[in-house]
Amino acid sequence: MKRLLYELTESFRIAFAQIRANKLRSVLTALGVIIGIVAVTLMGTAIRGIDTGFNKSLAMLGDDVLYVQKWPWGGVEDWWNYANRPPIRPEDADKLNHIIEQTPNSLLEVAVPVSTRGNSVKAGENKVSGVFTIGTTADYGRLISADFSEGRLFNDTEAAGGRPVCVLGFDVAEALFQNRSSIDQTVMIGGHPFTVIGVVAKQGSFLGLFSFDNQAILPLEAFRKYFSVRRGAEIRVKITDKTRVADAREELTGAMRRVRAQLPGERDNFNINEQGAFKAQLDPIKQGIALAGLFITGLSLFVGAIGIMNITFVSVKERTKEIGTRKALGARRRTILLQFLIEAVSICLIGGFVGLGLTYGLVLAVGAAFPAIPVEFSVSLVFISMAVSILTGIISGFAPAWGASRLDPVVALRYE
Amino acid sequence: MIPSQVPAAGRLTRPAGPLVIDIAGVTKLYEMGEETIHALRGVSVQIHRNEYLAIMGPSGSGKSTLMNMLGCLDTPTAGRYEFNGKSVASMIDDELADIRNREIGFVFQTFNLLPRSTALANVELPLIYAGYAPAERRARAIHALENVGLGSRLHHKPNELSGGQRQRVAIARALVNSPSIILADEPTGNLDSKTGVEIMALFEQLYEQGNTLIVVTHEEDIARHARRIVRLRDGLIESDGSVY
Ligand SMILES: Nc1ncnc2c1ncn2[C@@H]1O[C@H](COP(=O)(O)OP(=O)(O)OP(=O)(O)O)[C@@H](O)[C@H]1O
Ligand SMILES: [Mg+2]
Repeated sequence: MKRLLYELTESFRIAFAQIRANKLRSVLTALGVIIGIVAVTLMGTAIRGIDTGFNKSLAMLGDDVLYVQKWPWGGVEDWWNYANRPPIRPEDADKLNHIIEQTPNSLLEVAVPVSTRGNSVKAGENKVSGVFTIGTTADYGRLISADFSEGRLFNDTEAAGGRPVCVLGFDVAEALFQNRSSIDQTVMIGGHPFTVIGVVAKQGSFLGLFSFDNQAILPLEAFRKYFSVRRGAEIRVKITDKTRVADAREELTGAMRRVRAQLPGERDNFNINEQGAFKAQLDPIKQGIALAGLFITGLSLFVGAIGIMNITFVSVKERTKEIGTRKALGARRRTILLQFLIEAVSICLIGGFVGLGLTYGLVLAVGAAFPAIPVEFSVSLVFISMAVSILTGIISGFAPAWGASRLDPVVALRYE
Repeated sequence: MIPSQVPAAGRLTRPAGPLVIDIAGVTKLYEMGEETIHALRGVSVQIHRNEYLAIMGPSGSGKSTLMNMLGCLDTPTAGRYEFNGKSVASMIDDELADIRNREIGFVFQTFNLLPRSTALANVELPLIYAGYAPAERRARAIHALENVGLGSRLHHKPNELSGGQRQRVAIARALVNSPSIILADEPTGNLDSKTGVEIMALFEQLYEQGNTLIVVTHEEDIARHARRIVRLRDGLIESDGSVY
């Protein structure tokens, strides 16, 4: 056991002496590994970044909110089974809240009606088109986690009275009023005047597709007064315990069937959507991207590994006589095998460290230059890339090291 | 039998100790494509502890082949080989490596030092393979180097040493693990005659200290230092006798 330890120390000493003695060659070989490690770790940070981005976006939907809608998220093939469903009515939310109040220990907290449409919003000369306009009740405040950068949400009285007030998304407010305060300003939404009473703080976009900051929130009664709700609404239901989503969902299904007066055995004529189901749809896509990315970057690491294998073969060839001498002095096969494996692993580890450093720098640079790109450097990445480096060294060094350990000492000693 | 030269008067000859090497009817064949080369055709020899033996013969007579066999670097094609009473023919690779490490000290014509290691590190090498701790390794290696007169050259690399000094480092390396025998294949072959004489004087000293030496050479002057000469010709022992 001790002997192995001494042999290992000796092997590391030789490996580093060897690398020092052949600086240029070692640097060039390590370069292959460096490029491979940089590619793989960058891809790793990108994948993590995408993952965080996905999760952030999903969190915007709320992990404690169920969406009662006509259609399921993610599209369906048998669309004709859904098209004839009755639309969701804002009044259904009142009925749901009534049922929730009467249910002891209900897993549902509150049902909030939400009607939506696209509108243009104007203030003086400034205009923003395609603003996502929401008509809802004061309970909407209980659904969203976002803070207000200015002002507040309308209260129950304002909502019930259908007062012409509105809350703007951050980007809308900024486009209309730049650095000035938006509070008490009048804006024209879909051609009707509204007084701004609040601005929601910046939230970002959902998967880069849909901006949560490009919206305007109005009292439902005001929304109804000016805009059609014939297309139907949706009802968002906040649940009390996010660890019991399935149970809450079941309770909500029952409540909704009562609201709709559906007969037993009849299929639900509505859908309950939630963030988790969305995630289930996105995950395979995410994994596909990750696999393809890692495979492509893995190829560059593979090229680096071939470089290591090549250089180890050269090293064995050059030092054939030395191997013979060592064997004559009592080196076992294992000793020679370890010596060359450690040499290969050492180069890979050096390459790995340098590559990791480069990745770290690149991630910092990208993060500083493009804050919108979600890149993330993690400690686990350090361990993974070290493990990958070591593994690369072992795999690529094995064939030449094995060959060296099997050399016939007499033949090796004769080698010129 | 070729008459041996009369040695210098008053030379010490130590009494032979127990049997170390016992080979009988050893042959070695090399297959070279169609051709089979008989490097050894049936060699029998017994070597005891405390002997100083020279192996002589013309080029190609099989001296190095026999030496590699004796040194457990190679195994015979046929025949019996017992080292310290144990049959070597049946040993696996690692067992042979251990015998080479503990029982045999090699001295090569081309020195075979590790070029980037110091004299001290070169001499420590067999001790690493033997599993000695660093402190003891160092102490033993320094002692061995002092014994060959290189106490002041511990940290020199081979390219900072003369040929004779390099061979002394190699001899220190061969001695450091206190082997049963020291095998030297043409140890003076790469040295000028004056340095060669110095190396042979060192061998004489080692012999008197109680080491067992086998030296391969084709120079009569060198062989005359030994107490016994085995002469090979075409893979066979031509003569085997004492030097008076
Ligand atoms: N690995 C080998 N493959 C084929 N033939 C070999 C091999 N090693 C030795 N021989 C042959 O065996 C014979 C004996 O070789 P060996 O090296 O033992 O001679 P030697 O007595 O040491 O000669 P020299 O004085 O030139 O060193 C020679 O004919 C040589 O060509
Ligand atoms: Mg020879």
